[in-house]
Amino acid sequence: MSASQPNQFGTGDPHDFLDLDGLLNDEELLGRDTVRRFVTDRIVPDVGTWFEQGTFPVEMATDLGAMGLLGMHLEGYGCSGASAVAYGLACTELEAGDSGARSFVSVQGSLAMFPIWAFGSEEQKQQWLPAMAAGEVIGCFGLTEPDSGSDPGSMRTTARRDGDDWVINGAKMWITNGSVANIAIVWARDAADETGRTIHGFIVPTDTPGFAAHDIPRKMSLRASVTSELVLTDVRLPDAARLPGVSTMRGPLSCLNEARFGILFGAMGAARACYEAALDYAGSRTQFGTPIAAFQLTQRKLVEMMVRVNRGMLLALHLGRLKDAGQLSSAQVSFGKLDNVREALWVAREARGVLGANGITLEYPVIRHMNNLESVFTYEGTNEIHTLVLGQAITGINAFNAPGT
Amino acid sequence: MNIVVCAKQIPDPAEPGALDPQTKTLKRDGKLILDESDMYGVEMALQLAEAAGGGEVTLVSMAPDNKVDGLRSGLAMGAAKAVLVSDPALAGTDALGTAKVLAAAIGKVDGAQLVLTATESSDGYTGTVPEQIAAILGMPSITFAKSIEVRDGTVYVKRQTDAGYDEVECPLPCVVSVTAGVVEPRYPSFKGIMAAKSKPLDQLTLADTGVDAGSVGWGGGGQEIVGIEDAPAREAGEIFEDDGSGVDKIVAYLENLKIV
Repeated sequence: MSASQPNQFGTGDPHDFLDLDGLLNDEELLGRDTVRRFVTDRIVPDVGTWFEQGTFPVEMATDLGAMGLLGMHLEGYGCSGASAVAYGLACTELEAGDSGARSFVSVQGSLAMFPIWAFGSEEQKQQWLPAMAAGEVIGCFGLTEPDSGSDPGSMRTTARRDGDDWVINGAKMWITNGSVANIAIVWARDAADETGRTIHGFIVPTDTPGFAAHDIPRKMSLRASVTSELVLTDVRLPDAARLPGVSTMRGPLSCLNEARFGILFGAMGAARACYEAALDYAGSRTQFGTPIAAFQLTQRKLVEMMVRVNRGMLLALHLGRLKDAGQLSSAQVSFGKLDNVREALWVAREARGVLGANGITLEYPVIRHMNNLESVFTYEGTNEIHTLVLGQAITGINAFNAPGT
Repeated sequence: MNIVVCAKQIPDPAEPGALDPQTKTLKRDGKLILDESDMYGVEMALQLAEAAGGGEVTLVSMAPDNKVDGLRSGLAMGAAKAVLVSDPALAGTDALGTAKVLAAAIGKVDGAQLVLTATESSDGYTGTVPEQIAAILGMPSITFAKSIEVRDGTVYVKRQTDAGYDEVECPLPCVVSVTAGVVEPRYPSFKGIMAAKSKPLDQLTLADTGVDAGSVGWGGGGQEIVGIEDAPAREAGEIFEDDGSGVDKIVAYLENLKIV
């Protein structure tokens, strides 16, 4: 069938094929469009350069704060109190710009502000949350360690009681915003509990003596984002720096659950950007005397990308509605993180192929997203861990420990 | 100080626009957004109200089909309320008719001391409505403001010109059109977006404004669009061979365009 024949099967909007906009109310659309405009104006023009240079403009934090994007789904203390869907849509738009920008917002809101909001004392909330919502104070989240990734319960960082104070020793690894943060939420085992089950969270001002952050060099992914190692050497803090509301792994894991929710929306933003770049390229790139979009092989790629982007957004919106209704389980979040990130990575790789040699340059967004998504695939629960979460959820059998261990 | 901002809602310029071959005008039946050129006026008004220590910013708009999405954007930025005039009888209204309707709507805003507009809309580009509104309201008009200050009932404007800027003073009330250089518009915050839906938005019909129906709509303008054509394809540029006088030729060319 040539392009000049009438379209006998109907047309569709290549940018919103399933009319998912129809599932959003006016307020959600305005919020989504506002973040999209910000990303188009302020992130897209320069992000290739940031990626190349390995930097993120931290001064953008106050702009993100002014829009209410930091801790935006939290209530009170200067936070926006927006819905989960609104937060998710903002993550989608930020990550359509770059996973680094979305990571910045995820870490600040879901990993640094959320534990203070959920487990902090009233004094801690009033001291930190308004300034963090405004982007004047930047936070990071220290759970993962050099030898403790998927199994955070094996962490070696300890907090030892010394009089009225706590003394923290250990190291944290792969910490987004680590070296630019003003405070770090650090999770540590209580040295007095030999079972290792007592886990405290501390608000550690990064100028506390004994605290050091070193950036991790030579990354090939999330380059427009700061990733650091935190080293804590006899860091002495008053008990008022401890989050009083939690003393088990439930604390950090609930934070990760919040962050994963943003990721399952965000990954589809990156996927959408790749699909749209491929669609645009395929329509204008001519080979053998015809746009490559006319080839069946290319059409299959474009359609597979389009189907995955629409399906992933539909899943994200469904999970967002469940979260707003207070009915979202952490296993369902695992479903979204598992499936949407792997599909986003698939879309990015496929788009890279459609762009041919141009797909490997930073002139197009595709390889940047593709490389970023390798990190997103791993952090906040690897694909394997979320598979085991879902495996346990449907079989009732815990497979986290290898047989015989 | 209460400030009115004229806020036009236009088809999204990012979407491919379409002309209606019957009416020979822009199709405006899809979603309408706040004209970016009006965001400068909204931002300037918010800053002036804040500097004055209070006062309300009111948006005034005329749009088909009771469309309010663009006004919600302005309310989300921080405007206090909005007035929309929408009436099937207004379809086809020209610039002067639009000014009559907007002037009537502005007249219904209590204590409006300053009216801000863009210099021109991004879809129609007539650039005549601000001065027409001023004339109808009997107010002074200042155009092309690149900065505005208000002190003691007087507005101080730096007015952009080809050569630089004029410094203009004018007693309130008055109408000022602002350029895109006047201030950097803020992005609406999520708190603002959530607050916008509960802000007052008065919807008026043509009859509510008191404007004569005979002076608006297709028949009211006394003008007719006789034809629409595609813009001519861009022609190749002019090439100067540099025989030693290249610089002079380029400077003369740019001077002719009033660029230098």
